[in-house]
Amino acid sequence: MPVSLMPNTADILRLLPEIILTVMGTFLMVLDALLQRRNSKAFGNLSLLTLVAALAASVYAYTLAGPAFGGMLVVDGFATFFRVLVIITGILTVLPSYGFLARQNAETSEFHTLLLFSIAGQCLMVAANELIMVFIGLEISSIASYVLAGYLRDDKRANESSLKYFLLGSFATAFFLYGVALIYGSTGTISLTAIRGVLSGPSAPSPVFIGVAAALISVGLGFKVSAAPFQIWAPDVYQGAPSPVAAFLSAGPKAAAFAVFLRIFMTALGPVGGGWEPLVWMSAMASMVIGNFAALLQQNVKRMLAYSSIAHAGYVLVALTARSSIGTAAAMFYLAAYTFMNVGAFAVVSYLSGKGERYQNIEDFAGLGQKQPFTAAMLSIFLLSLIGVPLTGGFFGKFYIFKAALESHLVWLTVLGLLTTAAAAYYYLRLLVMMYMHEPGDAANYAEAPSLSMRFALVLPAIATLFLGIFPTWVLDFAGKSSTLLK
Amino acid sequence: MNPLLLVLALPLAGFLIALLIPRSSPQGSRIWALVLSLATFVVSLALPVLFQRGIAGEQFLLDVPWIRSPEIRFHIAIDGLSLWLVVLSTFLTPLCVLISWRAVQNRAKEFYAFLLLLEFGLVGVFMAQDLFLFYVFWEVSLVPMYFLVGIWGHERRIYAAVKFFLYTMAGSVLMLTAIIYIYNRAGTFSYPELLDMLVGGKLMFSGKEQLLLFLAFFVAFAIKVPIFPLHTWLPDAHVEAPTAGSVMLASVMLKMGAYGILHFCLPLFPTASRACAPWIVTLAIIGIIYGALVAMVQPNMKKLVAYSSVSHLGFVVLGIFSFTQLGFDGAVYQMLNHGISTGALFVLVGILYERRHSLEIADYGGVATAAPWLSTAFLITTLASIGLPLLNNFVGEFLVLQGAALANYKWAIYAAIGVILSACYMLWLYQRVFFGEVTEEIRSHLPDLHPREWAVIVPLVVMMVWMGVYPQSFLPKVGQTTAHILEQTQVNVPFRVQVPSQVGQIQTPHAEAANAR
Repeated sequence: MPVSLMPNTADILRLLPEIILTVMGTFLMVLDALLQRRNSKAFGNLSLLTLVAALAASVYAYTLAGPAFGGMLVVDGFATFFRVLVIITGILTVLPSYGFLARQNAETSEFHTLLLFSIAGQCLMVAANELIMVFIGLEISSIASYVLAGYLRDDKRANESSLKYFLLGSFATAFFLYGVALIYGSTGTISLTAIRGVLSGPSAPSPVFIGVAAALISVGLGFKVSAAPFQIWAPDVYQGAPSPVAAFLSAGPKAAAFAVFLRIFMTALGPVGGGWEPLVWMSAMASMVIGNFAALLQQNVKRMLAYSSIAHAGYVLVALTARSSIGTAAAMFYLAAYTFMNVGAFAVVSYLSGKGERYQNIEDFAGLGQKQPFTAAMLSIFLLSLIGVPLTGGFFGKFYIFKAALESHLVWLTVLGLLTTAAAAYYYLRLLVMMYMHEPGDAANYAEAPSLSMRFALVLPAIATLFLGIFPTWVLDFAGKSSTLLK
Repeated sequence: MNPLLLVLALPLAGFLIALLIPRSSPQGSRIWALVLSLATFVVSLALPVLFQRGIAGEQFLLDVPWIRSPEIRFHIAIDGLSLWLVVLSTFLTPLCVLISWRAVQNRAKEFYAFLLLLEFGLVGVFMAQDLFLFYVFWEVSLVPMYFLVGIWGHERRIYAAVKFFLYTMAGSVLMLTAIIYIYNRAGTFSYPELLDMLVGGKLMFSGKEQLLLFLAFFVAFAIKVPIFPLHTWLPDAHVEAPTAGSVMLASVMLKMGAYGILHFCLPLFPTASRACAPWIVTLAIIGIIYGALVAMVQPNMKKLVAYSSVSHLGFVVLGIFSFTQLGFDGAVYQMLNHGISTGALFVLVGILYERRHSLEIADYGGVATAAPWLSTAFLITTLASIGLPLLNNFVGEFLVLQGAALANYKWAIYAAIGVILSACYMLWLYQRVFFGEVTEEIRSHLPDLHPREWAVIVPLVVMMVWMGVYPQSFLPKVGQTTAHILEQTQVNVPFRVQVPSQVGQIQTPHAEAANAR
């Protein structure tokens, strides 16, 4: 049957979020050049508006759930879940960036353009149903992120961060591409569902090829999610990148990469699951141990959060190791909870760090509880959630992940993983101790009251964190429903 | 409306409203916390009044779905064991508000908000009948206590608060693993349902499983109790905590551990509990004697009281693991007694501290001359604490010793040494602080009790006498539940375990003695 080259309307509507993001990103770039008098707030507002529109489009696209463009993309519950998640991450990045960019005298449209492009790439990644589309999405997202990391171009640390991220990131992407090539070579297809068919069929290729390909792909994706042993870049990049960008990097690309991880490993490589399980097991264990124990020693809050995000990647990998749809649902739920608490915590850092990001050390949070009780209370919610105290999303996510792991009889991984979370409590507590149990220092004394957008940037994730902890049913049900749709 | 829900909801509502009170009016926060905690106490009094005798199981049941998948229910109820612990918590909270009235000036708003949140968590722990819910309350009670110690404590408060948090956290993640494991085996978090399944033989744990699960729960509880050698966080936390924090910590929080052992560990894992009993009893006896000996040499009053807690809680554990009715009753009664008398000791030490700003015993002497009423109250509390007949601790200690003697006579002998030692360190403390030459400093700085302090002390002293003279008001309700727990640990042992080979046979003399009764 001849294939019409013109995509039909439904296909275009399924791609609507990406279209909105790309068009508006380009428009913002042009607008900046055309405008005589810069109105800096306008870029932020437009960017917010775009993201809200893309959010609506993602939800709308879900009503037309199904494959698009001949099966290259698939809009299902899983894709929608992650699309919504990365777009919300974008919104929560733009909100604190108003004040941050103004403080650094860097209010241009590029920030927002790059952000929108990066999110468009991530939306594409999570909806991709074949390896080349995954790769294209990954590249769009990554290249925009590399530039974003070095957005403050006069800052030495930002340059270092950007360069490191770019060099290591391109290597990782190359590994990923190599894996894709091997899979294509041995199975003759790049469609995830077709690969699954070949691998579970009678003419399955040699497990050596598939094993090497899986290892190469997991190197590429392991880098993107900052899982050990590919985590080295994360602390340096997060520390050097502007705080809102670090917030974004720790959540958006990570969530999207995990979505791809889940889709490739659970769908395409599902039939050879026994083969890659030890690989992911070790990576999960190493991430939890390295992340949590290295974070204990950090003085810089951004570095500490970077190590903590490595540990959290480890928790999600535990869910992947479980190799069950409950595990997938647990990973989805956890990523949602993680996004809110982590982006929220970074938002406080970007609020407090001041001009030139002077205040980034743990001591700089001293006395925040007295000077800025609202901000401190919000940060406490995020930190308690990161520790995993009940009634927060972080706890329920962890609970659900380790429940899935135990169901798959991963007893040791569960016990050791949970024990590292107990150790992790220490470094989060250090921040709480600083905020509430020490006398205010410079940073707390000179911080101005949070602006309206900053308040939103703190309250929204805080509400979401508590909501996910107290009423997880709604998100859990959706995640549970979508996790089975994967195949 | 279910009175239980009201007792739980009032502190939570109080906490949320307390957050809205402006910082500029600390007096408003104080009054609000007092009014609300008193109201909670009054409502909680309905519980013993409406409590039905003769029902061993749960009462005032409220069971509504909370999370659909995995099914977690908001399932609260109390039995004869948790009844008094709930009332103890609500009884002590208003006293804690009163005792902090003047002592806490800095950030009063947050202090009282956290105190109410703490009450919510503690009361919830004793009510939860769903394992997940239990864990939630268990952890929720941790956070406000962490802040109470860390913000309003003494010099080394931060060290103490973090140590307290990490110790508890390490134990509770093990418990969480066990809870999830049980859920994956049984498909439910509901505690009564789990027990039914165990009794009905629908759920069986192998000997090894039972032992590991038991240990996972037990370590979490043992840290809280605390059982030697896991007690090291306690002296730090107690010494550094503000008075109200010490009171809540000693009187209620430590009981969470003992309650957990009695309520969850024994009925869920009867064979493992019995198999481990000799070891645990050994640790308990070491705790009794070691705690007493260390208390004796403490130069710091609060540290002395803290180590005396280690010693007293050893009696509770001994009573539980004697597996006799008398031992159980004594253990529960001792939990309540310790709550009242050690709470009172911390209150009185706090009063001394407020006046003299020192916890060192050496800084005192001759206080009896300067403040005769304060000294009298302290004396009564001291006598209660060392187990003088007609005061509360005597009843509990007597029952525990009797229960222990029934199980193994030697245990009672060793434990009794602890009673003697407690008289030594408490009376010596009393002598050094209250007798002797009164210095000018003491005379001028130590006024006697004023009305607000009277209001705190009198209810505590009344309870000491009441519980000592007429335990009948309390014990029968406890007894019906403990009898039931004892039955659960005996009757079901044979057909609940698949591999009875070695594990089952280690129920040495104490089990037979219990059966003989």
